[in-house]
Amino acid sequence: MTDQTATSATWHAWLTTTSPESRRQAKLGQLYRQWLAFRKNPAAVVGLAIVVSLLLIAAFAPLIAQHDPLAQALDQRLLAPSAKHWFGTDALGRDIFSRVVYGARVTLVIVMLVVITVGPVGLLIGCAAGYFGGWVDTVLMRITDVFLAFPRLVLALAFVAALGPGLENAVIAIAVTAWPPYARVARAETMIIRNADYISAMRLQGASQMRIVLKHVVPMCMPSLIVRTTFDMAGIIITAAGLGFLGLGAQPPIPEWGAMISTGREQIFDQWWVATFPGIAICVVALGFNLLGDGLRDVLDAR
Amino acid sequence: MSTNSAINVDKLNVSFGDSHVVKDLSFAVEPGESYGVVGESGSGKSTVLRVLAGLNRDWSGEVDILGKRQPKIRDKAFYRAVQMVFQDPYGSLHPKKTVDDTLAEPLAIHGIRDAEAKISRAMQDVGLPTSFRFRYPHQLSGGQRQRVAIARALVLEPTILLLDEPTSALDVSIQAEVLNLLQALRHERKLTYILVSHDLAVVGHMCERLLVMQFGRGVEEMTATTLAARAPQTAYAQQLLTASEGFRRAG
Amino acid sequence: MSDQALLTLDDLRVDFHTPTGIVNAVRGLSFTLGRERLGIVGESGSGKSMTGRAILDLIPHPGVVTAKRMGFRGQNLTTMDKRARRKLRGRHISMVMQDPKFSLNPVQTVGDQIAEAYRVHHRASAREAKERSLSMLEAVQIREPARVYDLYPHEVSGGMGQRVMIAMMLIAEPEILIADEPTSALDVTVQLQVLKILDDLVTSRGMGLIFISHDLHLVKSFCDRVIVMYGGKAMETLPASELDKAQHPYTRGLLGCLPDLDHPREKLATLNRDPAWLA
Repeated sequence: MTDQTATSATWHAWLTTTSPESRRQAKLGQLYRQWLAFRKNPAAVVGLAIVVSLLLIAAFAPLIAQHDPLAQALDQRLLAPSAKHWFGTDALGRDIFSRVVYGARVTLVIVMLVVITVGPVGLLIGCAAGYFGGWVDTVLMRITDVFLAFPRLVLALAFVAALGPGLENAVIAIAVTAWPPYARVARAETMIIRNADYISAMRLQGASQMRIVLKHVVPMCMPSLIVRTTFDMAGIIITAAGLGFLGLGAQPPIPEWGAMISTGREQIFDQWWVATFPGIAICVVALGFNLLGDGLRDVLDAR
Repeated sequence: MSTNSAINVDKLNVSFGDSHVVKDLSFAVEPGESYGVVGESGSGKSTVLRVLAGLNRDWSGEVDILGKRQPKIRDKAFYRAVQMVFQDPYGSLHPKKTVDDTLAEPLAIHGIRDAEAKISRAMQDVGLPTSFRFRYPHQLSGGQRQRVAIARALVLEPTILLLDEPTSALDVSIQAEVLNLLQALRHERKLTYILVSHDLAVVGHMCERLLVMQFGRGVEEMTATTLAARAPQTAYAQQLLTASEGFRRAG
Repeated sequence: MSDQALLTLDDLRVDFHTPTGIVNAVRGLSFTLGRERLGIVGESGSGKSMTGRAILDLIPHPGVVTAKRMGFRGQNLTTMDKRARRKLRGRHISMVMQDPKFSLNPVQTVGDQIAEAYRVHHRASAREAKERSLSMLEAVQIREPARVYDLYPHEVSGGMGQRVMIAMMLIAEPEILIADEPTSALDVTVQLQVLKILDDLVTSRGMGLIFISHDLHLVKSFCDRVIVMYGGKAMETLPASELDKAQHPYTRGLLGCLPDLDHPREKLATLNRDPAWLA
């Protein structure tokens, strides 16, 4: 026990030293200090716990779910929650708990795909527009405005209608509609950053425009982008669920939370559990991302 | 004006939209000289420095640096000869880069090898202990940050250093340390300085000659000796000098 | 100096309780202020600004102010409740800050802001308040008060903005004015005009002025008495005219750091801080 405290004290000292001896130690120390600050916000820690649980549930879905999420049992239709079926069963006799657990995978896939495509696109367009200004800015921002002019769900609906329903198309539709706000945020940040003395100093060192944008402007925009993304997660999940609910997202029998609510709609008054549990899952995950975003903003934006 | 000046500015004009911030300004700085530019806010003194550094491109006139006529857009080689130190040590260092990152960047840009040794030497030259090498700017005091900024300017071994109010954001005791450092570096490396400041005492201490500016024009060029003798020719320079000596109660 | 003390501070302490420990911004400062110009000089972190803020009860959150006594004209400020302290602020004790840009409301004309400052403390009609504001603008030597009255803060220059601030702070006729680096953001020539106005008003109205500054020359030439602060403590208190003959090594050190046109030196003296000063 004492040994353990001694080691953790050494680690703490190593990470919080004001004179790190290597690049790695400096970076890790910076991360550790951010973690210490993050830990002080209980709401943010709850948010982080929810998001981590989502990841774990998605990863270990086969171990957590007691039933096959797709296995129908028509003799066990619409059973109320019980020891055997914790969240009850749906109209086709499928175990709702298992479907909610597997639904975490679907949700995570959607979120990941959207973030991977939207983050870098928004960041680069925004930083380029903000840094270069002039006609580059005008062109890029007018394109952004065009996309911003449509309500997200309506534009997503149009895309799905054109491409056909399905999970991949739902992701594409959400990604296409999600990047403009990122470009806006990145542009606004860049316009402030580009006039900073430390950017002038880089120009004075003969750095190329490309180098300045990628190595010096982008890192300064990252925190607000990361925060914005976590806040946006809730919206992305709800849009995906909305598309699922309308029958335009994930197709049956994929256990997607929105689609599950949609099918439970008919039984909402008599068999409340069918729509309620996926609904709660959406709420909790959306809340988790929001709380996490709040915590990250406090930590990352502290300049 | 001699042809082998380090810096020769002839009929420089700078306008931002409707406002004409520098008007027909001409001056020359000899190699190894320390030249002061003094004025109040709006006099255009900082703008002149930004034109010399190539940060401002809306100018007309002739600028020769180290015998070469300067275009609006400078080449990479220019920046190995001319560097600048900014006023605000809190704004001139990238908040997410360690001292090491900051000093390594110019070396990487110019493909200079032996970065490791160059960084240690630059830190040593400006009196920063090696234990500071991996610190972030927020872990440094104002004076230490300004030392990092000076090290960054010197790591490319320039011959001309442009100083934009390098100590006006610092406490007087720290100002003394930074000014001493700048003096020592200048003698060691035979640097040419242009020092922009609003503080006549600082300019008098650091420079051999100075130019007083007002509303974008050069009002008077004088030597530090003239300044110390309180013998400027023009009324404005005299007024500035009197004002800088402190408050005087009438009667 | 006057026989009657306006303000008495005894053992003023300002502590900030931060997660990493207690930071002592001011540690045991005592002084009395009469109808005089009292300068407080020091470098950043000396606690000079915190002293001014503590008198006005304007210390931000984790900060705690304690004092054996903080007397203002027979009243003890330490035992007074928050509301009573607030009433005192502006009416009896006012403060002018460094940068008028951040102290003025950007969406209200400067005139209205001055008039409002008056009406907060005096029962007066809008008309009367406006008249008083105009005459106050005149008192701070603004040439066309009627025109300036209707300007927004962004339309006035730094020097004029600072005069507006002074007008706003003095209109309620406080007994004490605390000026925290009131001219540091201004050009030297403008600085002197603003100081002259401040000086005239303070003298003619018999106010007590606490002039907080980092500028030794300015304090020496402007104030009657000077407190030199370092690390939250008063190093020494002396008449401003005798600042050049200061005894304390810190004061001597500070003076030695300044470049001086009359005594050119190759190298400036640097300050060696002695931990014993804070003991």
